[in-house]
Amino acid sequence: MRPSFRFTARHRSVAIALVALIAGCTAFAQAPRDLDYSRTRASQTGLYRGTIRPAGDSIPQGKMQSWSLHLETAAGAPVDSATISVDGGMPKHGHGLPTKPQVTRSLGNGDHFVEGIKFNMGGWWVVKFHVSAAAGSDSLVFNISL
Amino acid sequence: MYIFAFMRMRPWQRVAFIFGVVLGTLALTTTLQAHSRQRARWSPKERALLRSLSLASQGPMPEDPSNRYADDDAAAHLGHLLFFDTRLSRTGTVSCASCHVPEKNFQDGLRVGRGVGDGSRRTMPIAGTAHSSWYFWDGRADSQWAQALGPLENPVEHGGDRTQYARTMAREYRAEYESIFGPLPSLAGVPAHAAPVAASGSEAAWARLPVGTRDDISRVYANIGKAIAAYERRIDFAPTRFDDYVAAELASASQSPASGFTADEEAGLRLFIGNASCVNCHNGPQFTDNHFHNTGVRRDSEPSPDSGRSAGVVKALAGEFSCTSRYSDSRPGDCAELRFAVAEGAELVRAYKPPSLRNVVGRAPYMHAGQLASLDDVLQHYSDAPSAAIGHSELKALHLSAGERRQIMAFLGTLTGPLTAPSGFLTAPTRN
Repeated sequence: MRPSFRFTARHRSVAIALVALIAGCTAFAQAPRDLDYSRTRASQTGLYRGTIRPAGDSIPQGKMQSWSLHLETAAGAPVDSATISVDGGMPKHGHGLPTKPQVTRSLGNGDHFVEGIKFNMGGWWVVKFHVSAAAGSDSLVFNISL
Repeated sequence: MYIFAFMRMRPWQRVAFIFGVVLGTLALTTTLQAHSRQRARWSPKERALLRSLSLASQGPMPEDPSNRYADDDAAAHLGHLLFFDTRLSRTGTVSCASCHVPEKNFQDGLRVGRGVGDGSRRTMPIAGTAHSSWYFWDGRADSQWAQALGPLENPVEHGGDRTQYARTMAREYRAEYESIFGPLPSLAGVPAHAAPVAASGSEAAWARLPVGTRDDISRVYANIGKAIAAYERRIDFAPTRFDDYVAAELASASQSPASGFTADEEAGLRLFIGNASCVNCHNGPQFTDNHFHNTGVRRDSEPSPDSGRSAGVVKALAGEFSCTSRYSDSRPGDCAELRFAVAEGAELVRAYKPPSLRNVVGRAPYMHAGQLASLDDVLQHYSDAPSAAIGHSELKALHLSAGERRQIMAFLGTLTGPLTAPSGFLTAPTRN
């Protein structure tokens, strides 16, 4: 009688190797096609709307840069008083930002000065602003393509 | 004969014959055109990448706000003298040029540097480093002048100390020094050897000096670094065949015999910016992203345990001669690399800076402790992507064939070229 299929340790190692191979082959693959690269995004649970304003029209690679982040509530009221932390990285490469950007001061009218931004290679990056203000805590996620 | 054969054909056969000839000719022409186009054509995205790698995209020399003498010609001249002066060592036998040999692209070809003793890291090249943000393999210095000071007091490199060096400046270079930096401090009563370097034997003498005297001597020491940096800053890469090739491609001009690439070189370039992903870390006109990467380079041949950027960033942040130190000429708002440096995290473990790939072909052995003897070994390493013994390697196995490795090496050969510097700066000065 033909034995029924059993998922043995050997099968498991083959499956892991296959998954690893596929992951390896796709590790440096292109970014998903439907990414939103808008510079104005709603926060993840909709509490805020943010707009990033890099210093120039294009975002340079390999250069230290400062941005401003305009932050407002969902109703459109500028948010000046907020604690904002920044992180991000390259999802397809599995690494973070090469620097630790900081929001160093409020510029008024909902604008915040962000220093220490740098992208050391080309491709798809994400930059996340974690906002804590009167309306609550939420995160803004921006996709950047270099 | 063919005409007779054609005449003997039936009408439908003649139509089929003519149709076949036309179709065959069309197919052949299209294939030939596609082939000639393929050798020279790059997509708009690839052209942008090629442009970004060319020296023509480099832009002006970046300022060093921490060194107000960086662009001072007299400081560069003094730095040239100091760079080659073996009196700036404990034994009187080691100068910067002992390891950074001008004829060898300012490196030594050894697995690890050899000064008054054996070092633990591969000597790094100097050309083009004014465009860098971090210095040493682990980025433990944040300027060329802070970097230059490291080896001078390192017990196995120059092995001397700042008090000795201040005396050397007073004895040998007083006029040059004072014309640039102002009066040297009095060294009366200052011991022959004193420095705040642990286990150097001179730290106790340093601790006994008054704070003001220590500061005066440290300032002379910092100025030695600033002069050497002013010299090093002027050493850069000249355009190579690669830069000529890119210029012709971007102008849509035909390649000259000098700039034209062989099929291997072109295929290697295509791999470099494409499937082999080399350009991820080796980008920009200097072919380095000036960041730090764990690439799983083996540890077995390292003379001492080495944690890479993890330790390097801690030293940089605490650096006595950092961009934010009292000896820096920077203003508030400068020093962004230091102020916004990633100071901790798993990504820093055994992460090292990719050196420029310009002139890489003549610079074996490779990696931070010279672990890999040849470029083929390096490409085999990237092809295999072994796991890191400590930390996590960023590499993904490339599975390059021998032919692909040969092609990438052929391309890297197009990055070989001369250095540029003011007259006389690429050889020893005549004064000493």
